[in-house]
Amino acid sequence: MKNWRQLLILCAVFVLALLPLYGDEYFVNLASQALIAVIFASSLNLLVGYAGLTSLGHACFLGLAAYLSAWMGINLGLEHAVTAPAALLLTTLIGMVFGWIALRATGLGFLMLTLALSQIVWGLAYRWVAVTNGDNGLSGLTRPSPFGIDLEVSSHFFWFTLLITLVCLGLIRQIVQSAFGASIKGTRDQPRRMTALGYNVWAIRWFTYVAASFFGAVAGLLYVYFHKFIHPSVMAITMSAESLLCVIAGGSGTLLGPVFGAILVVILKNYASAYIERWNMLLGFVFLFIVIFLPKGIVSSNLNFLKSKAGKKP
Amino acid sequence: MTFALEVKNLCKKFGGVAVTNNINLQIESGERCLIIGPNGAGKTTLFNQITGELLPSSGTVEVYGKDVTYLPPQARPHMGLSRTFQIINLFNHETAAHNVVLALLGVSRQRFNAFRKLSVTDELYEQALEILKSVDLSSSATRKVGEMSYGEQRRIEIGLAMSQKPKLLLLDEPLAGLSHDERLWIKDLIASIPRSTTIVMIEHDMDVALAFAEKISLLHYGTLIVEGDRDTVVNHPKTKEIYLGH
Amino acid sequence: MLSSGFALIFGLMRIANLTHGALFMIGAYITAVLVRNGTSLFFADIAAMLSIAVLGGLIERFILRRLSGNSQGQVLATLGLSFIAADFCLMAWGGDPIPVSTPVMFQTPIHLLDLSFPTYRLVVLTIAVIIATLLYLLIERTKIGAMIRAGVDDMNMARAVGIPASFLFTTVFCLGAGLAGLGGALGGPIFNAYPGLDADMLPLALIVVILGGVGSLFGTFVASFIVGFIYTFGIALVPDLAYVILFLPMVIVIAFKPQGLFGRVIT
Repeated sequence: MKNWRQLLILCAVFVLALLPLYGDEYFVNLASQALIAVIFASSLNLLVGYAGLTSLGHACFLGLAAYLSAWMGINLGLEHAVTAPAALLLTTLIGMVFGWIALRATGLGFLMLTLALSQIVWGLAYRWVAVTNGDNGLSGLTRPSPFGIDLEVSSHFFWFTLLITLVCLGLIRQIVQSAFGASIKGTRDQPRRMTALGYNVWAIRWFTYVAASFFGAVAGLLYVYFHKFIHPSVMAITMSAESLLCVIAGGSGTLLGPVFGAILVVILKNYASAYIERWNMLLGFVFLFIVIFLPKGIVSSNLNFLKSKAGKKP
Repeated sequence: MTFALEVKNLCKKFGGVAVTNNINLQIESGERCLIIGPNGAGKTTLFNQITGELLPSSGTVEVYGKDVTYLPPQARPHMGLSRTFQIINLFNHETAAHNVVLALLGVSRQRFNAFRKLSVTDELYEQALEILKSVDLSSSATRKVGEMSYGEQRRIEIGLAMSQKPKLLLLDEPLAGLSHDERLWIKDLIASIPRSTTIVMIEHDMDVALAFAEKISLLHYGTLIVEGDRDTVVNHPKTKEIYLGH
Repeated sequence: MLSSGFALIFGLMRIANLTHGALFMIGAYITAVLVRNGTSLFFADIAAMLSIAVLGGLIERFILRRLSGNSQGQVLATLGLSFIAADFCLMAWGGDPIPVSTPVMFQTPIHLLDLSFPTYRLVVLTIAVIIATLLYLLIERTKIGAMIRAGVDDMNMARAVGIPASFLFTTVFCLGAGLAGLGGALGGPIFNAYPGLDADMLPLALIVVILGGVGSLFGTFVASFIVGFIYTFGIALVPDLAYVILFLPMVIVIAFKPQGLFGRVIT
C-alpha cells in the first residue's frame, strides 16, 4: 500500500515536471502559482495540522519576506543573492518575536493574537507609505538569475519553483517524521501528558512556529519573484484565510493534504474568478461547506472512501 | 537522612479557600505511601503541587533533598519524578508502542532530533516492546491505544511512567474505573515495582490500597488528619469519624 | 459597544466571532441606507440594531449550533460568514462609501469652557455609557444576567443546575450581535459606511478584548477607552504608525499578564 503510493507520487511529480513541454505558458504560470501556494499551505500546516495551533495571521510572513526582498533590492541596490537570505533571516527573526508573543496564549487566545499581529503588519504596509509605497505597492521588481539561468522565462521559473517546493516538502517531511516531529504531534494531542513526560511544550510550539514562519517566508520570496510586484493586500486576512482553507480542505495533519488543498484552491480561484465577480463570497461559502460537511478535509474523506471500497476499514 | 519526598507546610489557596493546608509529609526512599481522604480533600491538588503543575501559595517540596518547589513541571521527570493521571490521557490515535516511545524520548536527548527519521526499527522501539512485555501487552504493540480497554490503557500508562525509570512515582487513583480482575492485575503490577522506586499513591479502593501501603496519610479539607501504618490509621477515631460520620 | 458584544460571545460561548466586524459594518450600512431614504437617525439606529440581532440569532441557531464542540470549526465558519457578508455589502451597495449625515440638531458644536466639542460624538459617548450601564445592570442584577455569568464561569456546571444552555447561547449571540449593529449604526455619521469597515473594526475589538481580559466586561469597558484614546491620538500624531501605537500596550500587557488587565486565564 505504501509503496505504490510513493510510486504514484513519483509519477505525478515526473509528469508535472514535464509540464512546460506539453502545456502552454498560461498553465505553466498557473502551476507555478499553485506550487507557491503548496509551500505556503504546508508551512501553515506545520502549525495547524501538526502542532494544533490555528493561526489566522500566517500571511504576514509571506508579505514580510516579499517586502523585505523588494525593499532591499530597490533601496539598497542589493543583488538577489544577498536579499534572499537576508529576507529569510529577518522574517524568521520576526517570526521568533511574533511566536513568543502569540504563544503567551493557546487555543482561541493564540488565534486572536496571530490575527492581531498580522493585521498590524498589514496596516503598517498600507499606512507607512514612505517605506512600502502604500496602496500602490512596490513594482518594477526582478526575478533572480541563479547560476545565470534566466528566471524571466516561465518554464525556467516553474522548474526553479518545483525544485524549491520539493526541497521544502522534503525538509518538512524530515521534521515531521523525526523524534521532534513526534513531540510536536504529542503536544497537539495531549499537552498535559507531554509536560508530565518531560517535554517543554511551550518550546516545542515556539520552534514549530519559527519553522512555519521560515517556510512561509520562502513562499513569500517565490511569490514576489513570480509577480514582480508586492501589494499590502497579500497580508490581508483573506490570504491567511485562503491558506487556512487550503490546509483544511486538503486535510490538516498530513503531508499531502495541503498539497491537494492548495492546488484545489488555486484552480478554483483561477477559474471561478472568470465567472464570479465575488471570489470572497465563494471562499466564504466553501469554508462553510467544508467546515460543516467535510471537517476532516477532502484528502482524508477520499482516503476513507477508497479504503472502504477496497474492503478495508477506514 | 534524605527523604525521597519531603513536603513542608504546603499551602494552596484559591481565593479564600485553602485547598491544601499546611501539609507536612516525609516519605523515605523505597517506601510505599498511600494518601486517602474523601472527595475534595485536596489529594490531587497535593499531587499537582508535587509535580509542579500548580504553584503552592506557600511551603516547599523537596525530592531527595533538592528543593523543587519552583522547578518547571517538565523538568521533574528528568530528576526521576513520574506520575499517572486520574483520567487517562494517552495518545489515543497512536499505537501502544509509539506511546511508550514518546515516554522514553521524554527523558532522552534524542527528542530534540529534528532530522533523523523515527522509525520502527529504532532501538527505542525495542525498548518500548520490552516495557510492553513487562505489562503483558506485547501482543498489542501495534494496536491503537484508543481501541484498547480501559484496563489495558491503565497498564500502558503505568508502563509509560516506569519506562522513565523514576525514583519517585506518583499514582493518582490508578484503580479508578477498572473491573475487579483488572484491579487485581494492576495491584500485582504495582506490587512488583522494585524498591528503587518510591511510590506515593492516591486511592479510594480500600481493600487493594490498604494491603499495599506501608504508610498511610489521611487528608480531609486539605489538612493532614491522621498518619501512620495501616492499623494505626484504620483504628483511629478520626478516620472513623470522617468516613462513617460518627 | 463593538467590543462588549464580542467579549460577551467569546466569554460565554468561547466562540471568537470573526463575523463581528461584518455585523458592525452591516449595521452601519442599514443605517446609512435608511437615513438616505429619509428615516430619522434614531429609528434607523434601532432598526439596524434589531435586524443585526436577528441576523445574529439566525447565525447562531443554524450554523454555529451545528458545530458545537468544534471550536476551530466555529471560528472558521464565522470567518467564512464574514467574507460572505463583506462581499454581500459590496454587491448590494457598491464600492463607494455611503455617508451618513449627522442629524441637524447635532451639527452645531457644543462649547464648554473654551473648547468646542462635536456634539454628535458627545451624544455617542453618552449613549455608550448608558448602554454600558444597562449592560452592567443586566449582567449583574437580572436573572438572565446571573445565568450568563454562571455560563461564562462554567458552562457544564450551569447546564447541570438547569440553566437552558441553547436558549442562553442564542440570546447572548443576539445581544452581542445587536451591540455590534448598534455600534455600527451609531458610528455611521462618524465613519460612514464603506467596504472594508469590518476589516478595520474587527482588530480593534480583538485588541480591546485581549487587553481588557476575557471574562471581564469591566475590563472590556476600560480597555475600549484606552484603545480608543490611543488610536485617536495615534492617528493624529503619527498617522503612519497608528497601528503600532495601538499594538504596543497590548503587547506589553500580554507579556506580563497573559490574561489581560482584568481577565482570567483564557482556556
